Amino acid sequence: MGYLDDTENIKKLKRVFFTCLVILFLIDFIVPKHHYFSLERIPGFYAIYGFVACVSLVFMAKILRKFIKRGEDYYDY
Amino acid sequence: MITSVPPAAIFIIGAFLVPFLKGKLKTAYLLLLPVIAILNLLNLSEGTSWVFGFLDYNLIFCRVDKLSMVFGYIFVIMGFLGTLYGIHVKEGGHHLAVFLYVGSSLGVVFSGDLFSLFIFWEIMAFASTFLIWYKKDKRALGAGLRYLLVHTFGGTCLLAGIMMYLHTTGSLEFSFIGINGTASLLIFIGFIINAAIPPLHAWLTDAYPESTVTGTVLLSIFTTKTAVYVLARAFPGTEILILLGAIMTVFPIFYAVIENDTRRVLAYSLINQVGFMVVGIGIGTELSLNGAVSHAFCNILFEGLLFMCTGAVLYVTGTSKCTELGGLYRTMPITLMLCLVGAASISAFPLFTGFVSKSMVIQAAADGHMFIIWLALLFASAGVFHHAGIKIPYFIFFAEDSGKRPDEPPLNMLLSMGIVAFLCILIGIFPGVLYQILPYPVDFVPYTPGHVVSQLQLLFFAGLAFLFLITYGFYPKEERSTNLDIDWFYRKAGRGFMWFCNHPAAKFNMWIDQAFLGGTRGFIWFCRNPIPTLGLWMDTAFVMFYNGFIWFSENPVSILVSGFYGGLHLAFAMVSKGLLRIYIEIGKARDGAEKKRAFYRELIESGPPGGDVENISSDLFIAFIIFAVFLVYMAIKYFL
Repeated sequence: MGYLDDTENIKKLKRVFFTCLVILFLIDFIVPKHHYFSLERIPGFYAIYGFVACVSLVFMAKILRKFIKRGEDYYDY
Repeated sequence: MITSVPPAAIFIIGAFLVPFLKGKLKTAYLLLLPVIAILNLLNLSEGTSWVFGFLDYNLIFCRVDKLSMVFGYIFVIMGFLGTLYGIHVKEGGHHLAVFLYVGSSLGVVFSGDLFSLFIFWEIMAFASTFLIWYKKDKRALGAGLRYLLVHTFGGTCLLAGIMMYLHTTGSLEFSFIGINGTASLLIFIGFIINAAIPPLHAWLTDAYPESTVTGTVLLSIFTTKTAVYVLARAFPGTEILILLGAIMTVFPIFYAVIENDTRRVLAYSLINQVGFMVVGIGIGTELSLNGAVSHAFCNILFEGLLFMCTGAVLYVTGTSKCTELGGLYRTMPITLMLCLVGAASISAFPLFTGFVSKSMVIQAAADGHMFIIWLALLFASAGVFHHAGIKIPYFIFFAEDSGKRPDEPPLNMLLSMGIVAFLCILIGIFPGVLYQILPYPVDFVPYTPGHVVSQLQLLFFAGLAFLFLITYGFYPKEERSTNLDIDWFYRKAGRGFMWFCNHPAAKFNMWIDQAFLGGTRGFIWFCRNPIPTLGLWMDTAFVMFYNGFIWFSENPVSILVSGFYGGLHLAFAMVSKGLLRIYIEIGKARDGAEKKRAFYRELIESGPPGGDVENISSDLFIAFIIFAVFLVYMAIKYFL
């Protein structure tokens, strides 16, 4: 029986993770930052960018897969 | 004080003793040699030594400065750890190839002239090919051959470039070159093939995942990083590298997301990581070059660690595919922890190596106000976390339980991985250790609150994206597949080209051959017998006309009278004609080949200007005279 077989443990881990997210988002307003681009002034820019980047990455990869996916033995004779 | 020898020499000369040793002595020797190399390296002092005259030039085998030393340090360390990781390998030839590969990489790093650099460059390509071939299956054989062909092409470009460079500048010295003409461009192409810069990257993702367990670890370390070294020395500030590097960071992550083989996922992430270094070299400021070099240093550690982990999983389970793995955390907790250190490092979590080196490159891009490049690098940073930081550990150790319950890998693997993981954390916490050996003085502070918070935000919310996608079933399922890449052009299209050569082109060639042969034969025959030929034609035409006339006049009547007799006659004629035809065809087929050969032999033996050619021309001459006489005769007849 592994640790993650218990759904309670998974819930616990998720709770810790979501707390971290909230803290990180809020701490953005306190920490002093040196800005290089105006885009960075948006509160939580990095958080939004990270989320949007990864979601779009996966959806674009799924589209890409439609074009380039072949059978596993495609190159074998 | 003992004088130091070139670091390459220890590995390359030492390699040839390996096949003669056996058992514990071999193990001891394999581990001792890299230790000697490390001690020797620490003893090196800056400057050039081991200079040999060759023709009119100097071959410099030991040019020591800060740039070469950074790579020297990490190469000998990984030479030791890589050997330790693969110490269980039985084949002496495998160890020989490893030492030659490590030695020649060190040779490239410490050579001060282009000629010895080229020699080491080629040894590197050949030695590393054997690390692929030692996997000993059909795929490895093919992948190794393609790998070798691509690198020999790169080597040839490099050699041609070096020769032209020598011709134009008169110098073989290996220092800043910069793109300014064909010679430097050829050298540049030779270099960027090894750096796996697109569209010349497919050899990496094709060959590395097909290599041996140990081989992949070592391959991921040396070839691309020596390329980064030579680019940093010869082409810093080359602007095209910024664009190429940014493309390198972005496009592989799409492939990595949909790739099933974990080692191929890492191969794509390796291209992505080298992209950061290439961008750093392209920007060319002190900060960015430091970033590129330090990122190469750190990447060797964490990418090596991740390849070691996937290699260890392959070693104990026999597979490295996501579809066949999952749930291994139950029985392989140590490997999991080490893998997580590698994953955190490659994702550039604060307190791990990637953070202290990658942020230098991103900072340099921001300093240069390169907005698009900066966005691309951030996108790639989030993407790296996604595919290398989460996907690799998730699909191997968690995800759906595969039912596999393998033991931890052998102690030597764990020990080697442990030391690399320790170095990853050490440099992450005390970046000063790394910063003091960089080529330029460092005034970059990675651990500012702003940096740490923005990086953590980027990563945690990328993680949230993964959680969101996998919970709601948007994440692409792991599927057994081959994803097409640039190598399609020489793996499939190449086959098409061969088909074209063997079928339509060869057939066309045969037609031309036959037409020419028949034409020539007929022409020669005509030239020798012009009058009979013309006569024959006329006879033929006359006979045909006459026959037609007779048939026309006779047939309508006689067909009624002698229908039966005529039909019998016709059938007999047709059968006998058919038999004759078959007989002729058989004879032709039998004689055709022999005749053709004899004809060619005759042509070859006679050769120009004697023999047949002379005969032909004299015959032609006679034919021409006869024609002229005929014309004169006609003219006279007309006028009189």
